[in-house]
Amino acid sequence: MGEFKVHRVRFFNYVPSGIRCVAYNNQSNRLAVSRTDGTVEIYNLSANYFQEKFFPGHESRATEALCWAKGQRLFSAGLNGEIIEYDLQALNIKYAVDAFGGPIWSMAVSPHGSQLLVGCEDGSVKLFQITPEKIQFERNFDRQKSRILSLSWHPSGTHVAAGSIDYISVFDVKSGSAVHKMLVDRQYMGVSKRKCIIWGVAFLSDGTVISVDSAGKVQFWDSATGTLVKNHLIANADVQSIAVSDQEDSFVVGTAEGTVFHFQLVSVTSNSSEKQWVRTKPFQHHTHDVRAVAHSPTALISGGTDTHLVIRPLMEKVEVKNYDAALRKITFPHRRLISCSKKRQLLLFQFAHHLEVWRLGSTVATGKNGDTLPLSKNADHLLHLKTKGPENIICSCISPCGSWIAYSTTSRFFLYRLNYERDNISLQRVSKMPAFLRSALQILFSEDSTKLFVASNQGSLHVIRLMEGSFKHLHTFQPQSGTVESMCLLAVSPDGNWLAASGTSAGVHVYNIKHLKLHCTVPSYNFPVTALAIAPNTNNLVIAHSDQQVFEYSIPDKQYTEWSRTIQKQGFHYLWLQRDTPITHISFHPKRPMHILLHDAYMFCIIDKSLPLPNDKTLLYNPLPPTNESDVIRRRTAHAFKISKIYKPLLFMDLLDERTLVAVERPLDDIIAQLPPPIKKKKFGT
Amino acid sequence: MAALEEGFTLSAVPLGAGPHGLLGVEQSDKTDQFLVTDGGRTVILYKVSDQKPLGSWSVKQGQVITCPAVCNFQTGEYIVVHDNKVLRIWSNEDVNLDKVFKATLSAEIYRIHSIQGTEPLVLFKEGAVRGLEALLAEPQQKIETVISDEEVIKWTKIFMVYKHPVLIFITEKHGDYFAYIQMFNSRTLSKYTLVLGQEEKSVIQGFSASVDRKFISLMTLSSDGCIYETLIPIHPREPEKSQRVVRSLLLKTVVSGNARSGVALTVLDHDHIAVLGPPLPASKECLSIWNTKFQTLQTSRELPQGTSGQLWYYGENLFMLHGKFLTVIPYKCEVSSLAGALGKLKHSQDPGIQTVPHFVNWETSRGYGLGSQNSEQSKRILRRRKIEVSVQPSASKQLLSAIKKDSEKHIEVELCKFLAIKRTPDFHTIIGDIVLELLGRHKAEPSFYPRNSLMQLIQTHVLSYSLCPGLMEAALEKADVQMLQLCLRQFPDIPESVTCACLKIFLSISDDSLQEAEINMESVSDYSDSVQEEKMEEQTEILHNGFNPEEENCGNCDRELNEKPQDTAEETTSCPVIPKRAALLNAILHSAYSEMFLLPHLKDIPAQHVTLFLQYLYFLYLKCSENATMTLPGLHPPTLNQIMDWICLLLDANFTVVVMIPEAKRLLLSLYKFVKSQICICSELNKIEVSFRELQKLNQEKNNRELYSIEVLELF
Repeated sequence: MGEFKVHRVRFFNYVPSGIRCVAYNNQSNRLAVSRTDGTVEIYNLSANYFQEKFFPGHESRATEALCWAKGQRLFSAGLNGEIIEYDLQALNIKYAVDAFGGPIWSMAVSPHGSQLLVGCEDGSVKLFQITPEKIQFERNFDRQKSRILSLSWHPSGTHVAAGSIDYISVFDVKSGSAVHKMLVDRQYMGVSKRKCIIWGVAFLSDGTVISVDSAGKVQFWDSATGTLVKNHLIANADVQSIAVSDQEDSFVVGTAEGTVFHFQLVSVTSNSSEKQWVRTKPFQHHTHDVRAVAHSPTALISGGTDTHLVIRPLMEKVEVKNYDAALRKITFPHRRLISCSKKRQLLLFQFAHHLEVWRLGSTVATGKNGDTLPLSKNADHLLHLKTKGPENIICSCISPCGSWIAYSTTSRFFLYRLNYERDNISLQRVSKMPAFLRSALQILFSEDSTKLFVASNQGSLHVIRLMEGSFKHLHTFQPQSGTVESMCLLAVSPDGNWLAASGTSAGVHVYNIKHLKLHCTVPSYNFPVTALAIAPNTNNLVIAHSDQQVFEYSIPDKQYTEWSRTIQKQGFHYLWLQRDTPITHISFHPKRPMHILLHDAYMFCIIDKSLPLPNDKTLLYNPLPPTNESDVIRRRTAHAFKISKIYKPLLFMDLLDERTLVAVERPLDDIIAQLPPPIKKKKFGT
Repeated sequence: MAALEEGFTLSAVPLGAGPHGLLGVEQSDKTDQFLVTDGGRTVILYKVSDQKPLGSWSVKQGQVITCPAVCNFQTGEYIVVHDNKVLRIWSNEDVNLDKVFKATLSAEIYRIHSIQGTEPLVLFKEGAVRGLEALLAEPQQKIETVISDEEVIKWTKIFMVYKHPVLIFITEKHGDYFAYIQMFNSRTLSKYTLVLGQEEKSVIQGFSASVDRKFISLMTLSSDGCIYETLIPIHPREPEKSQRVVRSLLLKTVVSGNARSGVALTVLDHDHIAVLGPPLPASKECLSIWNTKFQTLQTSRELPQGTSGQLWYYGENLFMLHGKFLTVIPYKCEVSSLAGALGKLKHSQDPGIQTVPHFVNWETSRGYGLGSQNSEQSKRILRRRKIEVSVQPSASKQLLSAIKKDSEKHIEVELCKFLAIKRTPDFHTIIGDIVLELLGRHKAEPSFYPRNSLMQLIQTHVLSYSLCPGLMEAALEKADVQMLQLCLRQFPDIPESVTCACLKIFLSISDDSLQEAEINMESVSDYSDSVQEEKMEEQTEILHNGFNPEEENCGNCDRELNEKPQDTAEETTSCPVIPKRAALLNAILHSAYSEMFLLPHLKDIPAQHVTLFLQYLYFLYLKCSENATMTLPGLHPPTLNQIMDWICLLLDANFTVVVMIPEAKRLLLSLYKFVKSQICICSELNKIEVSFRELQKLNQEKNNRELYSIEVLELF
């Protein structure tokens, strides 16, 4: 099949930020996740948990609360005191409203989805009316002594429970006055702690308020009388989050020890109508604080400081033993953070606030499969480029020739020219970027590095011609009338004639660069596109979707290729379809037109279209080399999918030249090593 | 783990098996095909996996097959003997046995042996052996007589040893058994006399043999139901002389002693043998697989329709007659886990008794000690498996009426009779009734104390405290420590107050009266001279970076103790109580309790007894900490946790008293010191944990490759 020299790169020092909030939307089956750096990600749970959208973070915007309102509008609030609404179509921030109550710690949308409640540092609870365009301040509730850390609406919308420090208040929404104040015991394992922080509250329709606090307690209160009904001491550390299912028959809490507990409403005895809350299942999928939990109808979702998003299906709710029945742990973003210059063997790493350029090493030695070759030159860290301002980098790209670097934040677009003089590198910023080039969702250079393609968040695509130290705007493809959907993925053909662009849901558009017009649109598919690439010579567009389907579409013929039809007819191997992570990059072999190279986080695959397709009975992945099998057997068992699982977690893999690959791994241990230490649990003694 | 799979009947039509069953089942040259020779005139070739016959041949009316048909592996032909002297050789294509090759010999044939890798060998009734080819070349040649008059061949088998056939046959003459080993490479015949040992009168009912490199291991099943093993050397030192070989007991009482027929055994592999026969006098016949290494019953299968006492084993199949049908039971022995090898016996033991993991000493278990115990238990299981609905209320009624009036001796006899009967599902309630009846009479006439009967009843393992509430009270009244110990061991549900009452008696009873009592001492081993190999290095001081924290922290108490070092040494080496009392106290330590209910009762124990018990517990603790595993020697010793819990309990209950007693002061000080050392250890461990984690990290880093490397990958 082929022997490659693989540059195995582990120096991409990427650490995802911890998860702060998760919010589940039942209507669209989407999950919004906010991270400590202010990034908000949208996962489509129906599309194989694909991270289909993201909003870049901002240094000053620490998100503390996240919620969905009616009409699938997403709001967040944070310590900068602002309430933000996100535009899920254009992928930018619609507006930010200051609540004037100091840092906001909590937010809750009313059961009808028309009112928004925020809890502030100064102890105020503020009610906002959600209008179709914006939100409007309505009134304040009775001010409390200390910050409001958690809020929950009664399902009828008449009352609100608010968790503060040492007590829980129950407000009447109509009057805005506190009806009850329930003091929480500060005692912690017999020792009086200074304060007891109510990290989370949940108001049930029968009037029960469930609270979780920093003393490790889960408590049930009767809101009508303001009395404690039941107390579960579940942890030696803080219980930080709570989420209740829509049916109110089960809820989930997360603790600072990394444990997630499932509580269920269970009949006291069989056949009796009397039910009580019972702690049923503990899960330990996290090592650090579980800062946020969510409860979808079929799964418990948790996330925390250890940066993993864990989706734990409730097996009793899962009807078919399929893909959704498996535990999911999402750690890495489903987009590319790395680009590479094949000509100069450079790698560009994108971090939240800086970029790094590395030059790969080299070797003169050769070896056989599995050998590690002695290096004649080690990899060099060439460049460390810090961004200006508090905004996170959205996207970045290095040109194939290695002389251009472009990146974008939410408000600015940067283009740099790299000059190589022997071992010295000089960086020169290209100034005077045009006004329309403000923010890009995706940047791509053409194969000959003479053109720059920028997908802006207004749905338009800019084509720019690059010259020595300057540039010229050639054209802007405007989005189809009526749509404002942003393009997140771009692919250009090696001959520079075709540009493919895909948004999150609509089909893939193919533009003719020569004639600067829309060539065709690939029919849209139910699942979002995760990777795109155009093959050399044939100009076949290869599209990977989040349900692990791969299509090949001939751009000149404007139809799916024969091979693509064949594989759709026969279907992919079941193990291929059961993979966990989406394909994030596709590339081609310059000399072997029949080969498609693609990878996800746990495998790298070369599809050889000339070989027969595997059926469900054949072994998809065979790590062992054929020993002394006869050629006949080898030929008979050989199939189109050549898979390697050596490199994982694999963030990037590309072909540098015919015989050389570059693989960027990010071992989980290295990430854990950079996280703050978890709560120490004693192993010995008492 | 050895297992019997679901068996199947080979022929739907009953074979014409006579009263003596089949003549034999022999392998053919194709795997999975077997030649079955019935007792009359027919030979049938079966394909076992298809469960169907492939061919069938019969001799003429009037002729009788006298020797099982075998296959000549070198030619693929079949050979059978009829009318003792006539050989018939035929192949698959032949239809009529009358028309096939025939050779009439000059002497009567006992068996033809055929085995892969050599020509068939013919064993004559007079003990001579000939190769088939030599015999066919000259059928009427003279056959010499090897064995003496009145000696009869009982059994024979052939082995291949280093590519040469070795034939063994056993003869019997007037109750004496002889083994002959015929070697074919050296043409030597050795004769051995089997010495039966003490079981002189017994008759050997079944034979089987396996071969090791140097020995033939002959297994014999005697009429007493035990299996004996005899090792017969293949290469005798003095081949000319007649030698004696002794047999040793391998498994005890695998079949009922007085089974007259239907007994057979065969060696399955190195460690397993299959035994056919009734496990108990009254039971149906059974096929059981025994592990000889662990002396355990691995599995068994009941054969309710009876067997002929014949058992063949080829490949993975056991062949036997079940009723009138030839039955095949596939046998599998997979790699066994330790738990599996220990057998089914483990599961049947009452969980209440075995609180401590029971370790088998691998070296000695092959002997007799454990064997007898196990076989006794296995009997119990087998008996328990035979639970039938046929209740015999008359027996229990008879016994109950006997209890009302008869003497203790008479009751004992009646009880023995009753216990010998099969167990019924309500056995335990009947036993409970009997005990209650006995206790009722005891209450009415205090002189009546049927101790032996009660002990026997307790040992049925079905009693519990709640079934006979008065039993332990009566024993306490009589200060019957032996019975109390037995109850503590057997009953899972003794109330804490009774446990505490037992403890009081155990502590207060005089040494003299203890000496008379028969007490189970298995939980006590001789502590004084127990030399532990893993003895931990005794280190009194630990220097932390050159300074000793002990000195600073543990001020006067330490010094005070150090003042009398001789005393402490003395205290640690000698047990404060006599072994019999120790055994009784261990029974208390093993018993189950709930702290809440026990504590109030512990307060009633007199102070000097508390001190004594504490001393004993402290002694046990010291013994425990002598070895690295923190266990005590012995068969059923108290565990460290039990010791610790009881120390805490006693101190909790009696601290006001203990503090006041001068004798207890030193004990308390040493306990204090040891608690302190425990806390020290825990805190040190907590400190070390960080270092361990660092070490682990270092270890991981070593495995991790560099941050950057160039590797070669080949995709296939």
